[in-house]
Amino acid sequence: MVTLSGNLLYASFFLYLVATVLFAGSIKDKKGKSAEKGPNKWAKLALITTIVGFASQLGYFITRWIAAGHAPVSNLFEFTTFFGMSLVGAFIVIYFIYKTPMLGLFTLPVAILMIAYASMFPREITPLIPALQSDWLHIHVTTAAVGQAILAISFAAGLIYLIKAIDQSKSSKKTFWLEAIMFGLVCTLGFVIVSSTFSAMDYKAEFNWIDKTGTEAKLEYHMPALVGPHKGELLTAEKFEPIVEVPAIINAKKLNTVIWSIASGIILYLLLRLILRKRIGAALQPIVKNINLDLVDEIGYRSVLIGFPIFTLGALIFAMIWAQIAWTRFWGWDPKEVWALITFLFYAAFLHLRLSKGWHGEKSAWLAVIGFVIMMFNLVAVNLVLAGLHSYAGS
Amino acid sequence: MKKKRLMIRAVILLLLGAAVAYTLYANFTKDDVQKAVVGEKAPDFVLEDMNGKKHRLSDYEGQGVLLNFWGTWCKPCEKEMPYLNNQYKQFKDKGVTILAVNVAESELAIQKFADRHNLEFPILKDTDSQVMTAYKIGPLPATYMIDKEGKIVKYHTGQLTEDMIKDLMEQVKP
Amino acid sequence: MKDVKCECGHVNPHGTILCEACGRILEEHEREKQLVDMRYEGSARRSQTYNKTIVDKIWNFFSSVKVGVWLIVITLIASALGTIFPQEMYIPPVMPAEVYYEDQYGWLGKLYYELGFHNLYSSWWYLLLVASIGISLVICSLDRVIPLYRALKAQRVTRHEGFLKRQRLFGISAAENLEESYEKVKEKLREKRYHIREEDGNILAEKGRFSRWGPYVNHIGLIIFLIGGMLRFVPGMYVDEVMWIREGETKVIPETDGEYYLKNDQFILEVYDKNKDKEVFSEAIENSGMVAKNFQSDVTLYKKKGDSIAGEKPELEKVKDDEIRVNEPLRFENFALYQSTYKLNELNKMTFALTNKQTNEEFGMLTVDLNDPKEKYDLGNGYSVEVVSYFPDFEFDESGEPVTKSRIPNNPAFVFKMLTPDKPEGEVSFVAIRQTIEPFGDNTYKMAFKGIDTKNVSGLTVRKDLTLWIISLGGLIFMIGVAQGSYWNHRRIWIRKVNDEVWVAGHTNKNWHGLKREISIILENTGINEPEDQVQNENKESGGS
Repeated sequence: MVTLSGNLLYASFFLYLVATVLFAGSIKDKKGKSAEKGPNKWAKLALITTIVGFASQLGYFITRWIAAGHAPVSNLFEFTTFFGMSLVGAFIVIYFIYKTPMLGLFTLPVAILMIAYASMFPREITPLIPALQSDWLHIHVTTAAVGQAILAISFAAGLIYLIKAIDQSKSSKKTFWLEAIMFGLVCTLGFVIVSSTFSAMDYKAEFNWIDKTGTEAKLEYHMPALVGPHKGELLTAEKFEPIVEVPAIINAKKLNTVIWSIASGIILYLLLRLILRKRIGAALQPIVKNINLDLVDEIGYRSVLIGFPIFTLGALIFAMIWAQIAWTRFWGWDPKEVWALITFLFYAAFLHLRLSKGWHGEKSAWLAVIGFVIMMFNLVAVNLVLAGLHSYAGS
Repeated sequence: MKKKRLMIRAVILLLLGAAVAYTLYANFTKDDVQKAVVGEKAPDFVLEDMNGKKHRLSDYEGQGVLLNFWGTWCKPCEKEMPYLNNQYKQFKDKGVTILAVNVAESELAIQKFADRHNLEFPILKDTDSQVMTAYKIGPLPATYMIDKEGKIVKYHTGQLTEDMIKDLMEQVKP
Repeated sequence: MKDVKCECGHVNPHGTILCEACGRILEEHEREKQLVDMRYEGSARRSQTYNKTIVDKIWNFFSSVKVGVWLIVITLIASALGTIFPQEMYIPPVMPAEVYYEDQYGWLGKLYYELGFHNLYSSWWYLLLVASIGISLVICSLDRVIPLYRALKAQRVTRHEGFLKRQRLFGISAAENLEESYEKVKEKLREKRYHIREEDGNILAEKGRFSRWGPYVNHIGLIIFLIGGMLRFVPGMYVDEVMWIREGETKVIPETDGEYYLKNDQFILEVYDKNKDKEVFSEAIENSGMVAKNFQSDVTLYKKKGDSIAGEKPELEKVKDDEIRVNEPLRFENFALYQSTYKLNELNKMTFALTNKQTNEEFGMLTVDLNDPKEKYDLGNGYSVEVVSYFPDFEFDESGEPVTKSRIPNNPAFVFKMLTPDKPEGEVSFVAIRQTIEPFGDNTYKMAFKGIDTKNVSGLTVRKDLTLWIISLGGLIFMIGVAQGSYWNHRRIWIRKVNDEVWVAGHTNKNWHGLKREISIILENTGINEPEDQVQNENKESGGS
C-alpha cells in the first residue's frame, strides 16, 4: 500500500510536468483557433493530463490515508504535497470557469515545485502524537490548505498580469521585484536539485559540536558543510571541511541549507540570464502577450474571493475550535496562529483596498504576490525557524 | 437633524471609548484578582493546629486577626516569624491574635520549624490546600488583616518588618 | 446643508453623487468621467459632508477605509514582530525573562525584551490597535450601510441616460420588434432567477442584492467576536488555572468554590512501540527514537455534599470516573479539565536500613513517606531512628547551611539520629541522595539506602470560559457574512427605450465575466445587441496597461 501510494505520487508529478509542456504548446500553437474562441486541442489534452495527474495524486492521498490510519497531513512533507494537490485542484475548477490555458502554464510549475520541495523532507509515515489524535486534524488542515491553494491561484494570475503589464524596455523598481520573484522560484528549484543530488549520493558528514548551553552534541549534515557548527569537529572521513564556523545560537545546519539553496539559485539564475540574454520576466513576456489583462485581474480577484472564506474557516475558525479542545484555549499567539492571522489581515486589507480604494490591476497583482509570499513564509519559515506548538510539522 | 446626528455620534463614540477603557483597565489589573477582597468578609475556614485543636475563623469574631500564609522553605516567611512571635505576645491580651496557616507541608517539617523558632501562636495545617485555594494564595508570605467583624481590612504579600506588624495589629484592635 | 432635489423629483441627502432614484449625476465633476463610480451607489457618505465639531472629526477619522486599512497593516506588522522570538508565555521557566532573552538571543534579545515585545499581544498599544480596528469596524459600517440601503431602496426602474451611458457594460441597439424581444428577454431573465421590475416599457432586472449586505454582516460578526474577547476580562467569565495532582491524591478543584474535588487514580504515559503498533510507523519510530502515543489521567470527580467550610473534611459524593486525555477533556458544569502536563516519577517514599558500617549487619528497615515523614521510627530490640531535620528539596544556602527550596520532595535530605543499645546517646548522620555527612566524627552505624518508591503527577488545566458562545456566535456570523459577500453577486441589468433605440446597461459588484456571459445568453436571438465592456475597450485603446 505504501509503495503504491508513493508510485501514484511519482506518476502525478510526472503528469503535471507533461501537462505544463502541453499548456505551453497550447499557447505557442498559432494555427489553432484564436484565443478568443476557447481552448485548442493542445489545451484540451493538457487539461486531461492535469486531471489524470490530479486523480493519481488523489489516489496517493487516499492510499496513504488507509495505510497510516490517519489523514496524510500530519507533517511537512504530507502537508506541502497536499497543498500542491489543492493548488492543482483549484486550478482545474478555475479553468472550467475561465478557460485560460495560460493559468495552467503558471500554476502547474508552482505546484510541481511545491511537491518537489515537499519531497526533500522525511517521507516516512509518522504516528500521531497525542495532540494530533483528533478528527479535527484532517478537517482543519485540509480546509486551511484548500483555502491557501485557492489564494495561491491569485498569485499565478498576478504573476501573469505583471509579466505582461510591466514595461521591460527599461530597468526599473518593478522589473527588479519581478525578477526577485523569479529568483525566489529559481532558488526553490536550486534547493530541490541540490538536496536530491546529495541525497542520491548519500552524503553524510557527522560533526561533534558545542551547543549554546555548552554541552557537546552530534550533528549530521546531508550537504557539504560550507558553514560548520560552533566548535565543530568533522568526524566522518574524507568529507568537506567547513569554511566558516558560526556561533552556537545560529542553527548551522539550516543556515548551510539556505546558503546552498541561494548559491545554487544564483548559479541557475545567471545561467538562465546567460542563455536568454534578458530578464526572465522579459523572456516570458512574449508568451503572455495575447492574454486579456482584465480577465487575468478578474481571475486573481475571484480566487481571492473564493479562497478567503475557506481560508478563514479552515485556518482560523476550525483551528480555534480544535485549539480549544487540544490546547485548552482557542487562541494562544503561537507563531503559526499569528501568521494565519497575518494572512487573514493581509487579504482583508487586499479586499478593502480593492473595494474601497479601487486598487485594481497592477496594484492588485502585486498584492496577490505579497500574499503568496506571506503564505509561503508561514509554510516554510514558521515551521522550520520559528517553531512553536506546530513544530512537529517541521521535522 | 444636525443636533440629533451629533448626539448619536457622541453617544456611540462614548460607548466604544468606555468599552476600550474598561478592557485596558481590566487587562492590567487581571493579575491581582483576589478571591478574598479587602473590604469584604474573609472566607471562613476551620483548620487544626499542631496540637489537634480546631480553629474556626468565624469563632474569632470580636477579635482582630492577623492571618498569615507561610511555608518553611520560604525565606521571607522565616525572617518575619520572630517578629510575628514578638507581636503576638504583645497583642494577645489586647484582643488581636495571629493565625499562621502553613500551606500543605508535612507535620514534621512544620514542627521542627516551630520548635526552632519557638513559635507560640497557633500554627494551622492546611494539609490538602483547601484554604489556600479558597483564598487563591499566590506568592508567600501572604498576610490578611481581619477586623472584629470578620472583614478584611488589609492585604499584604512579601516580608513584613516588626514595625509594620505592630502597626497592622493596631489597626484591627477592637 | 440642504437636501438636493433631483429633476426626477426625488429628494437626496446633501452630498449625494448619483440620484438615489434615477441615477442622474448630481455632482458636477462626476460628469466629466467616462464611467460613474458605483462603489456605494453614489450615495452621500455622511462622514464626508459634516466636519465641524471634534466629535465629527473623530467620527470621520474612524469612518475612513484608508484609516481602517492602515490599522490592519500596522496590526499585521506588529503581530509579525511578536513572532521573531518566543513570547514570554512560551519560554521555559528556567530563568526570569529579563535574563532569558539576552542569554538566548544576545543583544537583539535584550532589545526585544526592553521594547516589551516579549509580551506584545497583551501590551496596551496592541490592545489599543485591535480596539481601534473594532471602532473602525463599527463606524465604517454604520456610515456606509445606511446610505447604501437608502440608495438601493429608492432606485427606480427608469434610469437617467447619463447614468446608463456611464455604466461599464453599455450598448445601444436599434429598436425593432420590441414587444417580441422584451418577452424573450424577460423569459430568459426569469430563467436566470432575476427579479424583474417594469416601468413605462423599461426594465430593471436585479438579483443577489443581499450579497451587498455581506460585508456588513461579517463586520457585525467581528464586532461580536471582539466583544466576546473583551468580556474575558470581566471577573468570573474566564478561568485559567493549573492543578498539579499526585497519583492517589484528592484535591479541591480551584475556582469551583470548594464544590468539586478530583482524585487522581493513575497517570499513564504511552509511547509508540515498533513491534506492537502499525508496521508502517516503524521507520519513523526508529528515526525519532520515542514518539508519545498517549497522555492520560484516570480520575474520579467528586462533588461536595452539604455545606462545609474550607479546611473541614468534606463529605464527597462521586460524580463520575473519567479518563482525561489530550483532545478529550473532562467536562462538568461550565468547567473543563485538560491533560496539559505531567511529571513522572516524583519521589514518594524512601527506604533505609540501619546498618553497622563494619559488619554490614542490618538492624531493621524504615520507610519514610516523603510527603509526611514521622518523627521517630522504632525498629525494635532497642534500635530506633529519629528524624532531626527534613529537607524535601535540599540545597546548601550561601552560608553553607542545609535548606529546602520548596515543599516538593525533589531532592530529599535528612538529619537522622540513630539510637542503638551500644550508642544510647545516638549518632547523628546527614543523609542526602548520594551523600552522607557525619558531622560529629566517625559513626559506627549508617543509614543504608535501600530503595525508592515514586509517583507520577498530573498537571491539569482548569478552564472555564463563559465567553465561548459569544465568540462562536461572532465567528458564525462572520462566516455567514463573508460567504454571503463572496459567493453571491449583486447583478443589475437595465433596459431602457430611448427614442428609437434600446439602451442596455449592466452592473455587478464583482465577477464581470460571469455577468457578461449571462447577458450574452439572455440577449441571444432577441435582436438586442450585447453591451460592450467599456473598461476593456478603454484598455485596448490605451495599449494594454
